[in-house]
Amino acid sequence: MWKWLHSYADPERAYKLSGTLLPWFSTLAILLVGTGSIWGLLFAPTDYQQGDSYRIIFIHVPAASMSMAAYMGMAIASFIGLVWQIKSADWAAAAIAPIGAVITFIALLTGAAWGKPMWGTWWVWDARLTSELVLLFLYLGVISLYASFEDKVLAARASGILAIVGVINIPIIKYSVDWWSSLHQPSTIRITEKSTMSTDMLYPLLINIFGFGMMIGAITLIRYRTEILARNGMRPWVRDLATAEEAK
Amino acid sequence: MQFDSFKDFLDMGGYAFYVWLSYGVTFGCLATLITLSIRQKRKVLIEIAKKITREQRLKETRGNNRESKT
Amino acid sequence: MKRGISYTTAFMTLLQRDLRIAIRHRGDIFNPLLFFILVVTLFPLGIGPEPQVLTRVAPGIIWVAALLASMLSLERLFKADYNDGSLEQMLLSPQPLALMVLAKVLAHWILTGVPLILVAPLLAVLLHLEDNSYGALMSTLALGTPILSLLGAIGVALTVGLRKGGVLLSLLILPLYIPVLIFATSAIDAAGLNMAYDGQLAILAAMLVGSLILAPFAIGASLRVSTN
Repeated sequence: MWKWLHSYADPERAYKLSGTLLPWFSTLAILLVGTGSIWGLLFAPTDYQQGDSYRIIFIHVPAASMSMAAYMGMAIASFIGLVWQIKSADWAAAAIAPIGAVITFIALLTGAAWGKPMWGTWWVWDARLTSELVLLFLYLGVISLYASFEDKVLAARASGILAIVGVINIPIIKYSVDWWSSLHQPSTIRITEKSTMSTDMLYPLLINIFGFGMMIGAITLIRYRTEILARNGMRPWVRDLATAEEAK
Repeated sequence: MQFDSFKDFLDMGGYAFYVWLSYGVTFGCLATLITLSIRQKRKVLIEIAKKITREQRLKETRGNNRESKT
Repeated sequence: MKRGISYTTAFMTLLQRDLRIAIRHRGDIFNPLLFFILVVTLFPLGIGPEPQVLTRVAPGIIWVAALLASMLSLERLFKADYNDGSLEQMLLSPQPLALMVLAKVLAHWILTGVPLILVAPLLAVLLHLEDNSYGALMSTLALGTPILSLLGAIGVALTVGLRKGGVLLSLLILPLYIPVLIFATSAIDAAGLNMAYDGQLAILAAMLVGSLILAPFAIGASLRVSTN
C-alpha cells in the first residue's frame, strides 16, 4: 500500500515542486545574466592586450564551466536513477542532456569567435577546445541513444549507463587531450592569466557564471516538467491538466 | 561606462563582428532552447488530451454498437 | 551429480563456443581485416605517395583504421546471440554475467584484434613507417586493441536491441576511443624519434587494466537493459 502510494504520488509532487521553484530560478537567472552581461559589455575595463575582444569571456567561460557541470549533474541523476530505480531522476537526466549540448555548443562557438581575432584562426586544436568538442559528442551520444529507444524507461537506463561511462572517461579524455596538445603545440598561446584579472573584470564574470548556472537550472525545470507530463500521460492529474490545456 | 558613444559601443574597439557574433549566437541559441522547451510542454499536454478524446470516442462508438446489436 | 559448473569451465566453454562459431563463419574474421587493409590503402591514394609524408602520418592512419575496423567488427558481437535468444540464456545462467561477457569479448579480440596486430607490420611497410617504430606499433596494438574491444562492447551492448544501431554505435564509442588513439600514436611517434615510449605504454596498460575491471560490469548492465 505504501509503495503504491509512494510511486503514485512522486511524479505529481515533483511536478508541483519544480513548478514552485521555477519562478525563483528564472528571475535569478534573468537578473544575474542581465547584470553580468551588461556590466561585462559596458562597464568592465578594456583589456590592455586584447582590446574589447576579450568581452567574449563573459559568456565563453560561464558556458564552458557550466557544460562540464551540467554533464556531472546529468550523470549523477542517471546514477541515482539506475541504482535506486527512481524514475524522477531519470527524467531529470533526460531533461538536462539537450541543455548541456546547447551550452557546450555555445562554449565551442564563442571559443572559435574569440580565437579568430586572437590566434588568427577560427579553430586551433587547443586542449580546451578539443575536450569541449569531445564533450559535445558525448552529449550527442546520450541524446541520440535516449531518442532511439521507443520504451523511455529502457531509454533512460541505457543512456544513463552511457552517461556514467562517459563520466569515468571524461578525466582520462581531458588528461590525454591536455597531454597531447602540450606535445603538439607551442605553449605560447595563453588567453588570460587568471592572476592578472582585475576585479572589475572578475565580478561580472562570476555573476555570469552563477547566472548561467541558474539559467540552466530554470531550463532544466521547464524540460523536467514536460518530461514528467509526457511519461505520466495515463495518470488522472496529468489528464486533468491536459483537458484544461485543450480547453484554452 | 567604458565607451564614449553608442557607436563606440557597437564598434567594440574593432572587434564588433566577433563580439556580437558570440553574444548573438549565445542568446539566440538560448532563446530558441527556452521557447522550444516551453512550447513542448503545451504540445505534450495537447497530445495527451487528443488521446483522451480518442479513447472517449472509441468508448462511445463501442457503446453505440452494442446498443444497435441488441 | 554436480549441478553447477565452475567459473573456469563456464568461461572456457563460452570462449570455445564463440571461437568455433566464428571459425565456421570465416567472413566475420576476414571482413573487418579486409576493411582495415583497404582503409589503409586508400590513404596513400588520397594523400600522395611521397614517403616523407606517409612516414609522418603512418601511425595515425594505422591506428584510425584499427579503430574503425574494430568498431565495424564489434557490431556482430552480441547480435546473433540476441536474435536466437542465447543471450537471454546467458543472462539467466547462474554464472556471473561479467565473467560471461568477458569471455565473449576475449573471443572477439582473439578473432579480430590478433589478426589485425599480425597484419599491421605489412601495412606499416606500405606506409614507410620509421624502422624504429615497429616495436612500438606492435606493443601499442597489443595493449590497445583489447581496450577497444572492451569499450566498444559497452556501446554494442547498449544498441543491440535497436534496429538502426550502426551509426549510433560510432557516435557512442568513438569519443571513448580518443585516449587510446592519442597515447598509442604518440608512443609510435616517440619511438620513431628514438625516444623512450614506455610512459605511453604504461598508461595504455593502466587503461587496459582499468577497462578489464570496469567494462564487464558496464557491458552486463547494458545487456540487461537491452534484453528487457
